[in-house]
Amino acid sequence: MDELRILSLTGNLGYGYRLKSLHNGIAAQPHMIGSDNGSTDAGPYYLGSGDQLTKPFQVKRDLKPALIEARRLGVPLIVGSAGTAGGEPHLQVVLGILCEIARAESLHFRAAAIHAEIPKSLVRDALAGGRVSPLPGVPELSSETLDRTERIVGQMGTEPFEAALEGGAEVIIAGRSCDTAIYTAMPNQHGFDLGLAFHMAKIMECGAQCALPLAANDSILGTLRRDHFLVQPLDAGRTVTPESVAAHSMYEQGNPFEIVEPGGKVDLTAAEYDQVDPRTVRVSGSRWVPNSKYTVKLEGAALCGYATVAMAGSRDPAILANLPIIEQEARRMADGNLEGVLEPGSYSLNIRVYGRDAVLGPLEPKPQPLGHEVGLLLEAIAATQDEADVALALLRSSVLHCPFPGRKTTAGNLAFPFSPSDIRVGPVYEFSVYHLLDTEQPLELFPVEFFTV
Amino acid sequence: MTMLVDLVDIFRSKNAGPFQITFDLFFPDYASYDRVLASNVLTPERVAPLYGLDQVKVRMIPFRRIRAIKITIDRPGASSGSPGDRDVYGAQQHGPLLCLEVP
Repeated sequence: MDELRILSLTGNLGYGYRLKSLHNGIAAQPHMIGSDNGSTDAGPYYLGSGDQLTKPFQVKRDLKPALIEARRLGVPLIVGSAGTAGGEPHLQVVLGILCEIARAESLHFRAAAIHAEIPKSLVRDALAGGRVSPLPGVPELSSETLDRTERIVGQMGTEPFEAALEGGAEVIIAGRSCDTAIYTAMPNQHGFDLGLAFHMAKIMECGAQCALPLAANDSILGTLRRDHFLVQPLDAGRTVTPESVAAHSMYEQGNPFEIVEPGGKVDLTAAEYDQVDPRTVRVSGSRWVPNSKYTVKLEGAALCGYATVAMAGSRDPAILANLPIIEQEARRMADGNLEGVLEPGSYSLNIRVYGRDAVLGPLEPKPQPLGHEVGLLLEAIAATQDEADVALALLRSSVLHCPFPGRKTTAGNLAFPFSPSDIRVGPVYEFSVYHLLDTEQPLELFPVEFFTV
Repeated sequence: MTMLVDLVDIFRSKNAGPFQITFDLFFPDYASYDRVLASNVLTPERVAPLYGLDQVKVRMIPFRRIRAIKITIDRPGASSGSPGDRDVYGAQQHGPLLCLEVP
């Protein structure tokens, strides 16, 4: 086999793609169709709660045409990081959607589900054995942090995907995966160069995000050959240039010259990007550097409490001039009213002032309100939802009626856009685990389950 | 007076995982690219204080082939989406760099 053609449907299954792009890709007779479905980008809530960023309706809309085409061509369809966070509830939702489509379309195939939740006990043993290390910017993992972690997933490499393909899976739905593994498993099975395969996968996993105009919500075709690969967007209205492809190689990556994978890394220092026709870029020179250790990235989320928020505006010049006083005084009033109701330290109150420094906080170089109005986001986090409701209600009324020097608008400091003003956000999580696990079991951590649809 | 924002085509800010933020600056020509590099305004010594960080938490990597400079920092505040975070995707944390004066 001299060439492997791979169709990447979209940057995140559920973000959408043009049907015409899929059909253009199918006309090129791809050897597989893939899509990523997850990320940590949207925050820890999805991993902690089991909820999904891309809702079932969106996933179904994107999965259905691709599944029909993949079965018609008889090529594998591979989805990685199912349901945003790739834990067990996330995986099950996407598997349910797959079965629903198959039933409605009378499709029959052999499928594989790959599980990616990592038992806490396994991480605890590894921690005790010194085989867990933090990624940059992350504190060391403690057993106390592990205790309060709700769920842990591992980012699988290519090995479980390869096992699924070897077992005859025609459709693979995987839990949390390295984005690149989705597209590199098949090339590795056919002995293609891993440096080129991983580099192509890294560019393709965001859909047409490397194209001009860029679009994470559109499809792209990668053609992997023995000494180079080609990238081509599948919508005739998009193009790629050496610059756009090279620029995408560094997207969301700490280092533009390396792509770190569980079993090594890709060295991009000698990568070359050339335009071969107006809509195709050729890439060569990416070099695979294996590592003696195999490390799996772990992600875990811990519950921090429950939040209730309210949004409001102020457009009175005296209020804008006295915001620091109002913030301080309103907090003091709210804390006073919560005395004997909530334990001090069991809740937190936040006031974010949009139009002043809400985005950067203390790092804001120009910490003055810029316009004639500001938006206030009031937030309370407490141990239960009811407690957060109470804390927020008291903070809200305190800001609304807070006195300050020179106040003329004595009926209220805030304009609320909604009734009710208070919005229950629900559980709030944090990424409590973002660590590397040294392992000699790249396959055993991620059980492959075959089934027939 | 020339500000950094006036010299770049693209100035993107984004999470590199939930604990780091990475800035990609793309320049329209090598003159602007070389001018900014030579000015040293983007060295860890200069960038770190703008984010309240130690210099070791800041890395600057030029990518000459595409006239780009990458700066990766540890998140100065809470990790993505945790209580107190201000920017879950890290997409708007470039503010302190925009108005740096480039000689």
